[in-house]
Amino acid sequence: MRDVAILGVGINKKWGELWEMSLRDIFVEAALNAVDDAGVDHVDSMYVGCMSSGLFVGQEHLGCLMADYLGINPVPATRVESACASGGAAFRQGFIEVASGTSDIVLVGGVEKMTDVSGDEATYALSAASDMEYEAYHGITFPGLYALMARVHMERYGTTREQLAHVSVKNHKHGSFNPEAQYPFAISVEDVLGSVMVADPLRILDCSPITDGAAAVVLCPLEMARKISKQPLVKVLASAQASDSIALHSRSDLAWLEAVHRAGEKAYKMAGKTPKDIHLAEVHDCFSIAEILALEALSLVEKGKGGQAAESGMTALGGKVPVNTSGGLKSKGHPVGATGVAQVIEITRQLRGSAGDRQVERARTGLTQNMGGTGGSSVVHILEAV
Amino acid sequence: MANPARYWREIPQRYRLEAARCTSCGEISYPPRLACRKCRSRKFESVVLADEGKILTYTITRVGPSQLADLTPYAVGVVELEGGVRIMAQIADCDFEELAIGQRVRLEFRKIQEDGQAGILCYGHKCVPV
Repeated sequence: MRDVAILGVGINKKWGELWEMSLRDIFVEAALNAVDDAGVDHVDSMYVGCMSSGLFVGQEHLGCLMADYLGINPVPATRVESACASGGAAFRQGFIEVASGTSDIVLVGGVEKMTDVSGDEATYALSAASDMEYEAYHGITFPGLYALMARVHMERYGTTREQLAHVSVKNHKHGSFNPEAQYPFAISVEDVLGSVMVADPLRILDCSPITDGAAAVVLCPLEMARKISKQPLVKVLASAQASDSIALHSRSDLAWLEAVHRAGEKAYKMAGKTPKDIHLAEVHDCFSIAEILALEALSLVEKGKGGQAAESGMTALGGKVPVNTSGGLKSKGHPVGATGVAQVIEITRQLRGSAGDRQVERARTGLTQNMGGTGGSSVVHILEAV
Repeated sequence: MANPARYWREIPQRYRLEAARCTSCGEISYPPRLACRKCRSRKFESVVLADEGKILTYTITRVGPSQLADLTPYAVGVVELEGGVRIMAQIADCDFEELAIGQRVRLEFRKIQEDGQAGILCYGHKCVPV
Protein backbone atom coordinates (compact mmCIF):
# COMPACT_ATOMS: atom_id res chain seq x y z
CA MET A 1 0.00 0.00 0.00
CA ARG A 2 1.44 3.35 -1.04
CA ASP A 3 1.18 6.50 1.02
CA VAL A 4 -1.46 8.82 -0.37
CA ALA A 5 -1.46 12.62 -0.40
CA ILE A 6 -4.11 15.23 -1.04
CA LEU A 7 -2.85 17.19 -4.01
CA GLY A 8 -5.71 19.59 -4.55
CA VAL A 9 -9.01 20.70 -3.04
CA GLY A 10 -11.97 22.67 -4.36
CA ILE A 11 -15.43 23.75 -3.25
CA ASN A 12 -17.95 25.57 -5.38
CA LYS A 13 -18.03 29.27 -4.56
CA LYS A 14 -20.75 29.12 -1.96
CA TRP A 15 -23.11 26.57 -0.49
CA GLY A 16 -26.79 27.32 -0.08
CA GLU A 17 -29.87 27.61 -2.26
CA LEU A 18 -28.21 27.75 -5.68
CA TRP A 19 -31.20 28.42 -7.89
CA GLU A 20 -29.18 29.18 -11.01
CA MET A 21 -27.01 26.08 -10.77
CA SER A 22 -27.88 22.55 -11.81
CA LEU A 23 -26.54 19.36 -10.21
CA ARG A 24 -23.92 18.98 -12.91
CA ASP A 25 -22.84 22.64 -12.78
CA ILE A 26 -22.33 22.52 -9.02
CA PHE A 27 -20.21 19.39 -9.20
CA VAL A 28 -18.11 20.54 -12.15
CA GLU A 29 -17.37 23.91 -10.55
CA ALA A 30 -16.02 22.23 -7.42
CA ALA A 31 -14.12 19.62 -9.42
CA LEU A 32 -12.45 22.23 -11.64
CA ASN A 33 -11.40 24.15 -8.52
CA ALA A 34 -9.81 20.98 -7.14
CA VAL A 35 -8.04 20.17 -10.41
CA ASP A 36 -6.67 23.75 -10.62
CA ASP A 37 -5.52 23.59 -6.99
CA ALA A 38 -3.76 20.31 -7.77
CA GLY A 39 -2.18 21.65 -10.95
CA VAL A 40 -2.76 18.40 -12.84
CA ASP A 41 -3.70 18.13 -16.49
CA HIS A 42 -5.43 14.75 -16.25
CA VAL A 43 -6.94 12.27 -13.80
CA ASP A 44 -6.93 8.46 -14.00
CA SER A 45 -10.23 7.80 -12.26
CA MET A 46 -13.08 9.56 -10.50
CA TYR A 47 -15.52 8.82 -7.68
CA VAL A 48 -18.72 10.80 -7.17
CA GLY A 49 -20.39 10.75 -3.77
CA CYS A 50 -24.09 11.56 -3.90
CA MET A 51 -26.91 10.25 -1.73
CA SER A 52 -29.92 10.70 -3.92
CA SER A 53 -29.73 12.53 -7.22
CA GLY A 54 -32.52 10.18 -8.31
CA LEU A 55 -35.03 11.38 -5.73
CA PHE A 56 -33.91 15.02 -5.80
CA VAL A 57 -33.51 15.66 -9.54
CA GLY A 58 -34.42 12.38 -11.19
CA GLN A 59 -30.87 11.79 -12.41
CA GLU A 60 -28.79 8.63 -11.99
CA HIS A 61 -25.56 7.48 -13.67
CA LEU A 62 -23.61 10.31 -12.07
CA GLY A 63 -20.14 8.87 -12.68
CA CYS A 64 -20.81 8.99 -16.39
CA LEU A 65 -22.57 12.39 -16.31
CA MET A 66 -19.88 14.14 -14.29
CA ALA A 67 -16.99 12.64 -16.27
CA ASP A 68 -18.75 13.83 -19.40
CA TYR A 69 -19.34 17.37 -18.18
CA LEU A 70 -15.91 17.63 -16.66
CA GLY A 71 -14.55 16.69 -20.08
CA ILE A 72 -12.65 13.66 -18.85
CA ASN A 73 -14.31 10.83 -20.77
CA PRO A 74 -13.21 7.98 -21.14
CA VAL A 75 -11.82 7.95 -17.59
CA PRO A 76 -13.63 5.42 -15.31
CA ALA A 77 -16.05 7.17 -12.97
CA THR A 78 -18.25 5.63 -10.28
CA ARG A 79 -20.98 6.92 -8.00
CA VAL A 80 -20.68 5.93 -4.37
CA GLU A 81 -23.68 5.97 -2.04
CA SER A 82 -23.83 5.58 1.71
CA ALA A 83 -26.59 8.06 2.60
CA CYS A 84 -25.01 11.04 4.39
CA ALA A 85 -21.64 9.23 4.36
CA SER A 86 -21.56 9.11 0.55
CA GLY A 87 -18.81 11.72 0.35
CA GLY A 88 -16.61 10.09 2.96
CA ALA A 89 -17.16 6.67 1.41
CA ALA A 90 -16.28 8.06 -2.04
CA PHE A 91 -13.09 9.56 -0.60
CA ARG A 92 -12.22 6.20 0.94
CA GLN A 93 -12.65 4.47 -2.41
CA GLY A 94 -10.42 7.06 -4.07
CA PHE A 95 -7.83 6.58 -1.33
CA ILE A 96 -7.91 2.79 -1.80
CA GLU A 97 -7.50 3.13 -5.57
CA VAL A 98 -4.35 5.23 -5.17
CA ALA A 99 -2.96 3.32 -2.18
CA SER A 100 -3.33 0.03 -4.00
CA GLY A 101 -1.42 1.27 -7.01
CA THR A 102 -4.42 0.87 -9.30
CA SER A 103 -4.37 4.57 -10.25
CA ASP A 104 -2.07 7.51 -9.68
CA ILE A 105 -4.31 10.57 -9.87
CA VAL A 106 -7.87 10.15 -8.60
CA LEU A 107 -10.51 12.85 -8.37
CA VAL A 108 -13.11 12.43 -5.64
CA GLY A 109 -16.10 14.73 -5.56
CA GLY A 110 -19.30 14.85 -3.58
CA VAL A 111 -22.45 16.73 -4.52
CA GLU A 112 -26.11 17.13 -3.66
CA LYS A 113 -28.73 19.32 -5.31
CA MET A 114 -31.58 19.43 -2.81
CA THR A 115 -33.63 22.50 -3.66
CA ASP A 116 -35.33 21.45 -6.88
CA VAL A 117 -37.94 19.63 -4.77
CA SER A 118 -40.32 20.85 -2.08
CA GLY A 119 -39.40 20.63 1.60
CA ASP A 120 -41.71 17.66 1.93
CA GLU A 121 -40.09 15.80 -0.97
CA ALA A 122 -36.62 16.61 0.37
CA THR A 123 -37.64 15.20 3.74
CA TYR A 124 -38.86 12.05 2.02
CA ALA A 125 -35.60 11.67 0.10
CA LEU A 126 -33.58 12.07 3.30
CA SER A 127 -35.76 9.57 5.13
CA ALA A 128 -34.56 6.96 2.65
CA ALA A 129 -31.42 6.72 4.80
CA SER A 130 -33.57 5.01 7.42
CA ASP A 131 -35.42 1.69 7.24
CA MET A 132 -38.28 2.69 4.93
CA GLU A 133 -40.47 -0.27 5.83
CA TYR A 134 -39.93 -0.46 9.58
CA GLU A 135 -38.91 3.07 10.61
CA ALA A 136 -40.12 5.70 8.11
CA TYR A 137 -43.33 3.74 7.49
CA HIS A 138 -44.40 4.47 11.05
CA GLY A 139 -43.98 8.21 10.61
CA ILE A 140 -40.57 8.75 12.21
CA THR A 141 -38.60 11.53 10.53
CA PHE A 142 -34.86 12.16 10.60
CA PRO A 143 -35.01 14.85 13.27
CA GLY A 144 -37.32 12.40 15.07
CA LEU A 145 -34.75 9.61 15.00
CA TYR A 146 -32.07 11.84 16.44
CA ALA A 147 -34.57 13.20 18.95
CA LEU A 148 -35.09 9.62 20.14
CA MET A 149 -31.34 9.29 20.71
CA ALA A 150 -31.15 12.69 22.37
CA ARG A 151 -33.86 11.77 24.87
CA VAL A 152 -31.99 8.63 25.93
CA HIS A 153 -28.73 10.57 26.27
CA MET A 154 -30.40 13.27 28.33
CA GLU A 155 -32.19 10.83 30.61
CA ARG A 156 -29.18 8.57 31.11
CA TYR A 157 -26.35 11.11 31.41
CA GLY A 158 -28.15 14.30 32.38
CA THR A 159 -27.24 16.05 29.12
CA THR A 160 -29.25 19.27 29.01
CA ARG A 161 -31.15 21.18 26.34
CA GLU A 162 -28.67 24.04 26.78
CA GLN A 163 -25.74 21.72 26.11
CA LEU A 164 -27.28 20.68 22.80
CA ALA A 165 -27.78 24.35 21.93
CA HIS A 166 -24.12 25.09 22.61
CA VAL A 167 -23.14 22.76 19.75
CA SER A 168 -25.15 24.81 17.24
CA VAL A 169 -23.92 28.08 18.73
CA LYS A 170 -20.28 26.98 18.52
CA ASN A 171 -20.61 25.76 14.95
CA HIS A 172 -22.30 28.96 13.84
CA LYS A 173 -19.56 30.98 15.51
CA HIS A 174 -17.00 29.04 13.46
CA GLY A 175 -19.11 29.31 10.32
CA SER A 176 -19.23 33.08 10.65
CA PHE A 177 -15.55 32.99 9.67
CA ASN A 178 -16.25 30.84 6.60
CA PRO A 179 -17.28 32.78 3.48
CA GLU A 180 -18.30 29.55 1.74
CA ALA A 181 -20.80 28.65 4.48
CA GLN A 182 -24.54 28.65 3.85
CA TYR A 183 -25.28 30.50 7.10
CA PRO A 184 -22.13 32.42 8.00
CA PHE A 185 -23.50 34.19 11.07
CA ALA A 186 -23.48 33.68 14.80
CA ILE A 187 -26.52 32.58 16.80
CA SER A 188 -27.15 32.49 20.53
CA VAL A 189 -28.33 29.79 22.93
CA GLU A 190 -31.56 31.80 23.31
CA ASP A 191 -32.02 31.70 19.53
CA VAL A 192 -31.74 27.91 19.57
CA LEU A 193 -34.02 27.41 22.57
CA GLY A 194 -36.61 29.77 21.11
CA SER A 195 -36.66 28.24 17.63
CA VAL A 196 -39.59 26.14 16.48
CA MET A 197 -39.82 22.58 17.78
CA VAL A 198 -39.35 19.96 15.08
CA ALA A 199 -39.33 16.70 17.09
CA ASP A 200 -39.15 16.98 20.86
CA PRO A 201 -36.60 17.88 22.14
CA LEU A 202 -34.91 18.97 18.89
CA ARG A 203 -35.68 22.40 17.47
CA ILE A 204 -35.02 23.76 13.99
CA LEU A 205 -31.71 25.31 15.10
CA ASP A 206 -30.54 21.89 16.27
CA CYS A 207 -30.89 20.66 12.67
CA SER A 208 -28.55 21.01 9.71
CA PRO A 209 -30.19 22.65 6.68
CA ILE A 210 -31.15 21.68 3.14
CA THR A 211 -28.25 22.77 0.94
CA ASP A 212 -26.99 22.68 -2.63
CA GLY A 213 -23.24 22.25 -2.88
CA ALA A 214 -20.25 20.22 -3.97
CA ALA A 215 -16.69 19.58 -2.84
CA ALA A 216 -13.82 17.79 -4.55
CA VAL A 217 -10.27 16.65 -3.88
CA VAL A 218 -7.47 15.24 -6.03
CA LEU A 219 -5.47 12.36 -4.55
CA CYS A 220 -2.11 11.01 -5.67
CA PRO A 221 0.76 8.96 -4.23
CA LEU A 222 2.72 10.90 -1.61
CA GLU A 223 5.91 10.37 -3.60
CA MET A 224 4.35 12.03 -6.63
CA ALA A 225 3.02 14.88 -4.47
CA ARG A 226 6.52 15.53 -3.11
CA LYS A 227 7.64 16.21 -6.69
CA ILE A 228 4.71 18.14 -8.12
CA SER A 229 2.66 19.66 -5.29
CA LYS A 230 2.32 23.44 -5.21
CA GLN A 231 0.88 23.29 -1.69
CA PRO A 232 2.15 22.11 1.71
CA LEU A 233 1.86 18.33 1.77
CA VAL A 234 -1.00 16.56 3.52
CA LYS A 235 -0.97 12.77 3.88
CA VAL A 236 -3.92 10.46 4.44
CA LEU A 237 -2.70 8.59 7.51
CA ALA A 238 -5.76 6.41 7.94
CA SER A 239 -9.01 5.47 6.26
CA ALA A 240 -11.61 3.29 7.96
CA GLN A 241 -15.26 2.45 7.63
CA ALA A 242 -17.83 0.41 9.55
CA SER A 243 -21.51 -0.47 9.40
CA ASP A 244 -24.26 -1.01 11.95
CA SER A 245 -27.95 -1.91 11.71
CA ILE A 246 -29.96 0.41 9.54
CA ALA A 247 -32.78 0.74 12.06
CA LEU A 248 -32.16 2.65 15.26
CA HIS A 249 -34.33 0.21 17.20
CA SER A 250 -32.01 -2.67 16.26
CA ARG A 251 -29.03 -1.08 18.01
CA SER A 252 -28.05 -2.46 21.37
CA ASP A 253 -27.48 1.03 22.79
CA LEU A 254 -29.80 3.79 21.58
CA ALA A 255 -27.40 6.55 22.67
CA TRP A 256 -24.17 5.20 21.19
CA LEU A 257 -22.73 5.19 17.67
CA GLU A 258 -21.05 1.79 17.38
CA ALA A 259 -20.15 2.13 13.68
CA VAL A 260 -18.44 5.46 14.42
CA HIS A 261 -16.58 3.88 17.31
CA ARG A 262 -15.36 0.92 15.24
CA ALA A 263 -14.32 3.10 12.30
CA GLY A 264 -12.55 5.42 14.73
CA GLU A 265 -10.70 2.58 16.45
CA LYS A 266 -9.57 1.16 13.10
CA ALA A 267 -8.43 4.59 11.97
CA TYR A 268 -6.44 5.29 15.14
CA LYS A 269 -4.79 1.88 14.82
CA MET A 270 -3.97 2.37 11.13
CA ALA A 271 -2.53 5.80 11.86
CA GLY A 272 -0.62 4.67 14.93
CA LYS A 273 -2.37 7.45 16.87
CA THR A 274 -4.58 7.81 19.91
CA PRO A 275 -7.47 10.26 20.42
CA LYS A 276 -5.08 12.49 22.39
CA ASP A 277 -2.99 13.00 19.22
CA ILE A 278 -5.88 14.60 17.34
CA HIS A 279 -5.49 18.37 17.15
CA LEU A 280 -8.80 19.10 15.46
CA ALA A 281 -11.73 17.27 13.90
CA GLU A 282 -14.62 17.68 11.51
CA VAL A 283 -17.52 15.54 12.75
CA HIS A 284 -20.99 14.86 11.43
CA ASP A 285 -23.27 17.32 13.25
CA CYS A 286 -26.38 16.58 11.19
CA PHE A 287 -28.17 17.41 14.45
CA SER A 288 -26.66 18.94 17.59
CA ILE A 289 -26.92 15.64 19.46
CA ALA A 290 -24.98 13.91 16.66
CA GLU A 291 -21.83 15.90 17.42
CA ILE A 292 -22.09 14.93 21.10
CA LEU A 293 -22.54 11.26 20.23
CA ALA A 294 -19.69 11.36 17.67
CA LEU A 295 -17.21 12.87 20.13
CA GLU A 296 -17.97 10.06 22.59
CA ALA A 297 -17.78 7.32 19.96
CA LEU A 298 -14.43 8.67 18.76
CA SER A 299 -13.16 8.63 22.36
CA LEU A 300 -12.40 12.36 22.13
CA VAL A 301 -14.46 12.71 25.32
CA GLU A 302 -15.55 10.18 27.92
CA LYS A 303 -18.77 8.28 27.20
CA GLY A 304 -21.70 10.26 28.59
CA LYS A 305 -19.72 13.50 28.88
CA GLY A 306 -20.18 14.71 25.29
CA GLY A 307 -22.66 17.37 26.36
CA GLN A 308 -19.95 19.26 28.20
CA ALA A 309 -17.62 19.59 25.22
CA ALA A 310 -19.19 22.54 23.39
CA GLU A 311 -20.54 24.13 26.57
CA SER A 312 -17.10 24.21 28.21
CA GLY A 313 -15.31 25.57 25.15
CA MET A 314 -13.21 22.43 24.75
CA THR A 315 -14.25 22.05 21.10
CA ALA A 316 -14.29 25.74 20.16
CA LEU A 317 -11.62 27.51 18.10
CA GLY A 318 -8.94 28.19 20.64
CA GLY A 319 -10.06 25.25 22.76
CA LYS A 320 -8.33 21.97 23.48
CA VAL A 321 -9.65 20.15 20.36
CA PRO A 322 -11.45 22.47 17.94
CA VAL A 323 -14.33 20.59 16.30
CA ASN A 324 -16.03 21.77 13.11
CA THR A 325 -14.00 24.90 12.49
CA SER A 326 -15.69 24.99 9.07
CA GLY A 327 -19.01 25.68 10.76
CA GLY A 328 -19.99 22.02 10.63
CA LEU A 329 -23.05 20.76 8.84
CA LYS A 330 -25.18 23.19 10.82
CA SER A 331 -23.63 26.46 9.65
CA LYS A 332 -21.66 25.43 6.56
CA GLY A 333 -24.59 23.46 5.19
CA HIS A 334 -25.20 19.79 4.44
CA PRO A 335 -25.43 19.00 0.73
CA VAL A 336 -25.52 15.37 1.68
CA GLY A 337 -23.10 13.75 -0.77
CA ALA A 338 -20.63 16.62 -0.54
CA THR A 339 -20.27 16.76 3.23
CA GLY A 340 -17.75 13.95 3.69
CA VAL A 341 -15.45 15.45 1.06
CA ALA A 342 -15.83 18.97 2.48
CA GLN A 343 -14.77 17.70 5.90
CA VAL A 344 -11.52 16.43 4.34
CA ILE A 345 -11.05 19.80 2.66
CA GLU A 346 -11.40 21.74 5.91
CA ILE A 347 -8.82 19.57 7.65
CA THR A 348 -6.52 19.81 4.63
CA ARG A 349 -6.72 23.60 4.65
CA GLN A 350 -6.03 23.65 8.38
CA LEU A 351 -3.02 21.36 7.98
CA ARG A 352 -1.73 23.50 5.09
CA GLY A 353 -2.04 26.59 7.28
CA SER A 354 -4.47 28.23 4.88
CA ALA A 355 -7.61 28.37 7.00
CA GLY A 356 -7.41 32.14 7.48
CA ASP A 357 -9.51 33.45 10.37
CA ARG A 358 -10.39 29.88 11.32
CA GLN A 359 -6.78 28.68 11.54
CA VAL A 360 -6.00 26.33 14.41
CA GLU A 361 -2.49 27.03 15.69
CA ARG A 362 0.05 24.26 15.12
CA ALA A 363 -2.52 21.96 13.52
CA ARG A 364 -0.67 18.84 12.37
CA THR A 365 -3.08 15.90 12.79
CA GLY A 366 -6.77 16.12 11.98
CA LEU A 367 -9.68 13.68 11.92
CA THR A 368 -12.85 13.57 9.84
CA GLN A 369 -15.93 11.56 10.77
CA ASN A 370 -18.80 11.19 8.29
CA MET A 371 -21.85 9.03 8.91
CA GLY A 372 -24.98 7.85 7.18
CA GLY A 373 -28.50 7.74 8.55
CA THR A 374 -28.61 7.33 12.31
CA GLY A 375 -25.09 5.90 12.28
CA GLY A 376 -25.70 2.84 10.14
CA SER A 377 -22.50 3.62 8.28
CA SER A 378 -19.50 5.69 9.23
CA VAL A 379 -16.23 6.64 7.59
CA VAL A 380 -13.29 8.07 9.53
CA HIS A 381 -10.12 9.54 8.08
CA ILE A 382 -7.01 10.85 9.80
CA LEU A 383 -4.85 13.35 7.91
CA GLU A 384 -1.43 14.67 8.84
CA ALA A 385 0.75 17.50 7.65
CA VAL A 386 3.96 16.12 6.17
CA MET B 1 -47.84 5.79 -8.78
CA ALA B 2 -48.52 3.97 -5.53
CA ASN B 3 -47.62 0.30 -5.59
CA PRO B 4 -49.87 -2.12 -3.70
CA ALA B 5 -47.36 -4.99 -3.93
CA ARG B 6 -44.94 -3.16 -1.69
CA TYR B 7 -47.51 -3.04 1.11
CA TRP B 8 -49.08 -6.41 0.40
CA ARG B 9 -45.86 -8.30 0.95
CA GLU B 10 -45.33 -6.87 4.42
CA ILE B 11 -48.85 -7.83 5.59
CA PRO B 12 -47.80 -10.87 7.67
CA GLN B 13 -45.42 -8.63 9.62
CA ARG B 14 -47.60 -5.55 9.83
CA TYR B 15 -50.98 -7.16 10.41
CA ARG B 16 -50.04 -10.27 12.37
CA LEU B 17 -46.64 -9.38 13.89
CA GLU B 18 -45.12 -12.48 12.31
CA ALA B 19 -41.42 -12.80 13.00
CA ALA B 20 -38.75 -15.50 12.76
CA ARG B 21 -36.71 -17.09 15.53
CA CYS B 22 -33.28 -18.48 14.65
CA THR B 23 -33.20 -22.15 15.55
CA SER B 24 -29.47 -21.93 16.27
CA CYS B 25 -29.22 -19.01 18.69
CA GLY B 26 -32.81 -17.98 19.43
CA GLU B 27 -32.47 -14.42 18.11
CA ILE B 28 -35.80 -13.12 16.83
CA SER B 29 -35.77 -11.27 13.51
CA TYR B 30 -38.59 -8.83 12.82
CA PRO B 31 -39.12 -8.65 9.94
CA PRO B 32 -37.93 -12.19 9.10
CA ARG B 33 -34.61 -12.45 7.29
CA LEU B 34 -32.70 -15.03 5.30
CA ALA B 35 -29.64 -14.96 7.58
CA CYS B 36 -29.61 -14.50 11.33
CA ARG B 37 -28.12 -11.17 12.32
CA LYS B 38 -26.48 -12.63 15.38
CA CYS B 39 -25.11 -15.99 14.23
CA ARG B 40 -25.67 -15.99 10.44
CA SER B 41 -27.52 -19.30 10.54
CA ARG B 42 -30.11 -19.75 7.77
CA LYS B 43 -32.70 -21.79 9.71
CA PHE B 44 -35.69 -20.14 11.36
CA GLU B 45 -39.05 -20.99 12.86
CA SER B 46 -42.10 -18.75 12.73
CA VAL B 47 -43.06 -16.86 15.83
CA VAL B 48 -45.45 -14.04 16.64
CA LEU B 49 -44.33 -10.98 18.58
CA ALA B 50 -45.75 -10.20 21.98
CA ASP B 51 -48.19 -7.30 21.89
CA GLU B 52 -47.17 -5.66 25.13
CA GLY B 53 -44.02 -3.86 26.11
CA LYS B 54 -42.51 -0.61 27.32
CA ILE B 55 -41.32 2.66 25.81
CA LEU B 56 -37.53 2.95 25.55
CA THR B 57 -37.59 6.44 24.03
CA TYR B 58 -40.10 8.68 22.29
CA THR B 59 -40.49 11.98 20.48
CA ILE B 60 -43.37 14.20 19.37
CA THR B 61 -43.20 14.76 15.61
CA ARG B 62 -44.21 18.36 15.01
CA VAL B 63 -43.01 18.59 11.39
CA GLY B 64 -43.88 15.39 9.65
CA PRO B 65 -44.48 13.84 6.24
CA SER B 66 -47.42 15.25 4.27
CA GLN B 67 -49.41 12.02 4.37
CA LEU B 68 -49.58 12.33 8.15
CA ALA B 69 -50.45 16.04 8.15
CA ASP B 70 -53.87 15.43 9.71
CA LEU B 71 -52.30 13.52 12.57
CA THR B 72 -49.48 15.98 13.32
CA PRO B 73 -48.29 16.44 16.01
CA TYR B 74 -48.04 12.76 16.90
CA ALA B 75 -45.89 10.71 19.23
CA VAL B 76 -43.61 7.94 17.98
CA GLY B 77 -41.02 5.89 19.77
CA VAL B 78 -38.96 2.75 20.19
CA VAL B 79 -40.86 0.09 22.10
CA GLU B 80 -39.35 -3.03 23.62
CA LEU B 81 -41.86 -5.86 23.52
CA GLU B 82 -42.01 -8.77 25.99
CA GLY B 83 -39.42 -11.19 24.66
CA GLY B 84 -36.92 -8.45 23.81
CA VAL B 85 -37.78 -7.46 20.25
CA ARG B 86 -37.74 -3.71 19.68
CA ILE B 87 -39.90 -1.94 17.16
CA MET B 88 -40.64 1.60 16.00
CA ALA B 89 -44.28 2.56 16.48
CA GLN B 90 -46.50 5.56 16.92
CA ILE B 91 -47.87 6.08 20.40
CA ALA B 92 -51.56 6.80 20.02
CA ASP B 93 -54.37 7.85 22.35
CA CYS B 94 -51.95 9.48 24.74
CA ASP B 95 -51.37 12.75 26.52
CA PHE B 96 -47.94 13.98 25.40
CA GLU B 97 -47.25 15.30 28.88
CA GLU B 98 -47.65 11.82 30.36
CA LEU B 99 -45.26 10.03 28.04
CA ALA B 100 -42.23 8.61 29.80
CA ILE B 101 -39.36 6.24 29.24
CA GLY B 102 -40.39 2.93 30.80
CA GLN B 103 -44.12 3.47 30.28
CA ARG B 104 -45.98 0.23 29.61
CA VAL B 105 -47.84 0.00 26.30
CA ARG B 106 -50.00 -2.40 24.32
CA LEU B 107 -49.97 -2.79 20.52
CA GLU B 108 -53.19 -2.18 18.63
CA PHE B 109 -53.96 -2.71 14.96
CA ARG B 110 -54.34 0.71 13.38
CA LYS B 111 -54.33 2.49 10.03
CA ILE B 112 -50.88 3.99 9.60
CA GLN B 113 -51.18 6.09 6.44
CA GLU B 114 -52.56 6.30 2.90
CA ASP B 115 -50.24 6.18 -0.08
CA GLY B 116 -50.89 8.36 -3.06
CA GLN B 117 -53.94 9.53 -4.96
CA ALA B 118 -55.32 6.00 -5.06
CA GLY B 119 -55.09 6.06 -1.29
CA ILE B 120 -53.76 2.55 -0.73
CA LEU B 121 -54.61 2.01 2.91
CA CYS B 122 -51.57 1.07 4.94
CA TYR B 123 -52.11 -0.67 8.26
CA GLY B 124 -49.91 -1.74 11.10
CA HIS B 125 -49.62 -1.37 14.83
CA LYS B 126 -49.51 1.62 17.06
CA CYS B 127 -48.99 1.38 20.77
CA VAL B 128 -51.32 2.69 23.39
CA PRO B 129 -50.39 3.41 26.99
CA VAL B 130 -51.63 0.70 29.33
